[in-house]
Amino acid sequence: MRQRTIRAKLVTALGGVLLVAAACSSSTASGGAGATVTVIGTWGGDEEKAFLQMVAPWEKTTGNKVKYTGTRDINQILTTGVASGVLPDLAGLPGPGQMAQWKASLKPLDTVLDTAKYKEETAKTLVDLGTIDGTIYGVFIKSAVKGLIWFSPKAHDYSAAPPKTWDELTTQAAANKGSAKAIWCMGLESGAASGWPGTDWIEDLVLRQAGPAKYDEWWAGKLKWTSPEIKKAFETFGQVVANTDGGSNTILTTAFQTGGDALFKTPPGCEFHHQASFITGLGAFKAAKAGTDYNFFPFPDIDPQYTGAIEGAGDLFGMFHDTDAAKSLMKYLVTAPAQDIWVKIGGALSANKNATSYPDDIAKRSAALLQDAKIFAFDASDKMPSAMNNAFWTAILDYVKDPTKLDAILTNLDKIQVDAYKPA
Amino acid sequence: MDPRLITAFIVVIGVPAVLFGYIYATEIVLRIVPEHRRAQVRPWLWLAPALAFLFVFLVYPTIGTVIRSFQDQAGAAFVGLENYLWFFGSEDAIVALRNNVIWLILLPLLTVGGGLIIAVLVDRVRYETVAKSVIFVPLAISMVAAGVIWKFMYDYQQPGQPQTGTLNGILAVFGIDPIPWITVDAFALNTVALVVVMAWMWTGFAMVIISAALKGIGAELLEAARVDGATELQVFRRIVFPLLLPTIAVVSTTIIITALKTFDIVYVMTGGQFDTDVIALLMYKEMFSFNDFGRASAIAVVLLLAIVPIMALNINRFRAQEAIR
Repeated sequence: MRQRTIRAKLVTALGGVLLVAAACSSSTASGGAGATVTVIGTWGGDEEKAFLQMVAPWEKTTGNKVKYTGTRDINQILTTGVASGVLPDLAGLPGPGQMAQWKASLKPLDTVLDTAKYKEETAKTLVDLGTIDGTIYGVFIKSAVKGLIWFSPKAHDYSAAPPKTWDELTTQAAANKGSAKAIWCMGLESGAASGWPGTDWIEDLVLRQAGPAKYDEWWAGKLKWTSPEIKKAFETFGQVVANTDGGSNTILTTAFQTGGDALFKTPPGCEFHHQASFITGLGAFKAAKAGTDYNFFPFPDIDPQYTGAIEGAGDLFGMFHDTDAAKSLMKYLVTAPAQDIWVKIGGALSANKNATSYPDDIAKRSAALLQDAKIFAFDASDKMPSAMNNAFWTAILDYVKDPTKLDAILTNLDKIQVDAYKPA
Repeated sequence: MDPRLITAFIVVIGVPAVLFGYIYATEIVLRIVPEHRRAQVRPWLWLAPALAFLFVFLVYPTIGTVIRSFQDQAGAAFVGLENYLWFFGSEDAIVALRNNVIWLILLPLLTVGGGLIIAVLVDRVRYETVAKSVIFVPLAISMVAAGVIWKFMYDYQQPGQPQTGTLNGILAVFGIDPIPWITVDAFALNTVALVVVMAWMWTGFAMVIISAALKGIGAELLEAARVDGATELQVFRRIVFPLLLPTIAVVSTTIIITALKTFDIVYVMTGGQFDTDVIALLMYKEMFSFNDFGRASAIAVVLLLAIVPIMALNINRFRAQEAIR
């Protein structure tokens, strides 16, 4: 008798588990209206808030939900995701290189987007970067201009006659130094990606010293790191480091977000800070007033034959599951009204030409730079294989730490280049 | 219903139910077995789930990893020892190996040494519990959080600026220039700085275990020594320390394995830059950042081979101790 009751209890308990399991599976399978789209991106903090504001109108009209997860380790998460098949619906992709690598897992977007309109509203370079063999796999949700030089108009206003060439910049910087402690400010600390702001420096220098053809050869692994073009860029960067506030110890321990904050100190720590357009949403820039507290001029030319070269970057987005809700969200994200929302909040440039609600003159000017660029080069390190990119970051840190080791650093990069570009 | 609630239900009701169900089912199975064999079969049936888990999640992946370590990046072809040759020929790997050796020697020294001293010192004071709790608390903090906390401790501002880092703040009081602790690679100072973070966490662990062993030493033994005229130092050296030795050995091996597996603190604090890389982080990068599963597997095998002797030592000692009992 007693045994029977125990058995009955066990059966009820097991039945309960089965029931719960059934309820669980049915709740995830439900689709249609009120579906959830999972999104993984690199944005956190204010950027995450901006993205959520950007998708809010879409959630309202469709009744669907966006479940966003921000992570610094997107490359690692997606690498394992592609291998195991557990993937979000939409995800930010680290770069065009990874997009090509994950092509088999990504869904083609040609039929998802209003392709004709997308191509018309987006810069051709960006469209091309998201295309593999004529098929669109990635789109840009926002973009940034790299290599802007920021200054404080209160210390010296360069906006009337910005230096046109690198030599002019050097002479003007010396003449207008005033009470500033150094010419440049720099911060390279960025967690596991420490060093990347320095790669932007090298890229800007290579692009303007050696030209876009060499630039393309370089990121494609066809130009050696020990070649004179790249070495020269490192040496020019070395002069910048030598004239940076606080020297290498400060550069290496300062976070990139606050790297330019010394511009606003009294007396200023430096005259210039070299950073992409998104710095206006970070550090002391966020609280400062555009135009009066800070302003920028584009990176000056070095070799006149490459005038008008601009380096840009952007946040590439791809789709791993083609559910109706995911498709609808993807279609929405590339439109001008969607991108306008983020643009209005600030800190981002749109990838869509028709999203132009920039909050201030500075954002408007940097967007124009991107649209009107004669030569548009995408961030070289983002296009390199990750092993090369990683070694590039380390090389920047090692070089800033001890510039006398340049030859050894470049030789080591050559070694890694041979290894990183060999076909898998 | 909230999916988390469902998960909670499954865990709270489902897991015990499955366990009872399994034991119940084994008894049914045992009815087929002849009476006199049942006692022999029962333990194996009870062990079976654990063995199955062990095989699926430990043995099978280990074999898979060893096989994978002889394959190329895509896992398409066997490349012999190429991944291992790459590992021992790469400068980064040699630096990582060197750092692991530093971790291996320094961490047990700091934690076991510190734990022993603290355990002995607080043994006879009135506020022993309070003192031990304070030392033990850091172990409850996650390694990532400890890394973030110590990043503030090691913070650097250029000379002349207010020092926000605790250590440099102290140096500033004495008029000494600040030191960028985690970027100084001379004498592997930054690696030592990272070891200190881990030691801060694990000293409490060593202390608690050693302290428990200390309580187990009979008071009459110590009394007898004192009556015979031994000084306190002699009592410690000749009686307490030898009796603690087996415990110290067990704690040391545990800490040594922790040192070999170091990952979180290095990842959070330096990302392996400035020559602070360790083997586990190197493996992580090869696998998840560079997508080279062949090389990552080779590193994992090297790490495994390094740990095996220490594990063997630990098990041997454990067996010897059991034998004494």
